[in-house]
Amino acid sequence: MLNNLTQPHDYPGKLFVVEGIDGSGKTTQLGLLAKWLTAEGHRVFVTEWNSSALVKAATKAGKKKNALTPMTFSLLHATDFADRLLYKIIPPLKAGMIVLADRYAYTAFARDATRGVDRQWVRELYSFAVRPDLTLYFRVPIDVSVDRLLARRVKLKFYESGMDMGWSANPVESFRMFQGKVLDEYDHLVDEFGLDVIDAAGSITDQQRVVRNVIAQHVQISQMELTDDEPV
Amino acid sequence: MTSPSDAPPTSGGVDADGGANGNGLAGRYYGRGIPYLPIEGYPGKLIAIEGTDGVGRSTQIQLLREWLEVRGYGVVETGWTRSMLMQPTIELAKSSNTLNKLTFVLLYATDFADRLEKEIIPALKAGFVVLSDRYIFTALARAGVRGVDRQWLRNLYGFAIAPHMVFYLNVDMKTLIGRVLASRGMDFWESGMDLKHGDDIYDSFRAYQNKLLREYSSMADEFHFRVVDARRPVDRIQDELRKNVAAFLESAERPADRSADTLALQR
Repeated sequence: MLNNLTQPHDYPGKLFVVEGIDGSGKTTQLGLLAKWLTAEGHRVFVTEWNSSALVKAATKAGKKKNALTPMTFSLLHATDFADRLLYKIIPPLKAGMIVLADRYAYTAFARDATRGVDRQWVRELYSFAVRPDLTLYFRVPIDVSVDRLLARRVKLKFYESGMDMGWSANPVESFRMFQGKVLDEYDHLVDEFGLDVIDAAGSITDQQRVVRNVIAQHVQISQMELTDDEPV
Repeated sequence: MTSPSDAPPTSGGVDADGGANGNGLAGRYYGRGIPYLPIEGYPGKLIAIEGTDGVGRSTQIQLLREWLEVRGYGVVETGWTRSMLMQPTIELAKSSNTLNKLTFVLLYATDFADRLEKEIIPALKAGFVVLSDRYIFTALARAGVRGVDRQWLRNLYGFAIAPHMVFYLNVDMKTLIGRVLASRGMDFWESGMDLKHGDDIYDSFRAYQNKLLREYSSMADEFHFRVVDARRPVDRIQDELRKNVAAFLESAERPADRSADTLALQR
């Protein structure tokens, strides 16, 4: 049995992951983190969930026809992940780079379980993954996340809102119900996989300060930056 | 964790669950199934015909289908890589030859999941005999040969339904090579050219198919294959398949028939 997700990797690079529901602000935080690490002289590579070219076509076709079942949704994302892991994540880790992943296997664990896929099966499915050096989970109350998304006039996406589950015809209501359950799943993952929880209801600057302090324990950072307590 | 290999040992011969198959899992999920899709008590039967490339599976399935339909059974055929969802993606991947082995395995698993949920399970629930041209064993064999972790593969396919019967068309290398050359020749994938064992397609075919045959054989006990000697003429093989299928379907229907007989006998 593979158990890569529970064993530390021995690549020279570092793998940092941000997790959280839509509207948690994790992508913003990841962007700021990348800027800072690059300025510190590190070679940084960013990879996003569900972004490999090959699988994008199938996911899109499936979404358009609303044809994905929870199982095929789960397996397609695992395929995408395997593709990115082998082409985009492991090579930079071998080259000693810092890989920043916007979502990781934990997203699958939370979403697929919410859709009714067997929890243990999904964990075994992703057992080929590399264990991150650090996973930051941006925890946010569902109301804050909904307010943020609506304020940005983001059109709530079909699968992200869990519309495929048919729980509500109203996208906002469906999003609340679906992502509310996803939040519960994340809470279990925190202990199971030792995720670092960041309070994502706070200001962007405060959060980023916390993020940089945590990351600084894993990478070489110039002394100057660490003692600098100016807002970032 | 439940996986095919963890299945409780069955007592050699006939057992209550699997009829004549000696397979207690027959008709149920192999491992961690699909929780939102319970499958107890459906009337259909799932019969898989396995065997390597060019062994004559599709011919046998056509004949079997014909025979079953004449006998009044509704038949649905399914194959490997035929789902609407994944076909274009898999064809693209094969033609561009860019896929690594893990992605390949997962694409096929996605394809299978789509077919299972949308074709196989609905057909079983509707009472059809589902004839599957290849089943998960092909995926397990191909990936196993390519060095993918076997336990991981078995967990992955834990959502598959264990067929009521699996016929494995067994053939030796000499016969196989003769048949493939006589029909359509050796192709890139069936020769395992992606494994880059050399440029010679004949040597590669031979080496790759040898490994595949060994891989299939090693699964025979684990998955309760009924091994059929496929070196024989088409009609001899078909006779054997029909005899086995008839015996299985009759034994599966017996309880119902018996009560019907009882009613009929109250004359």
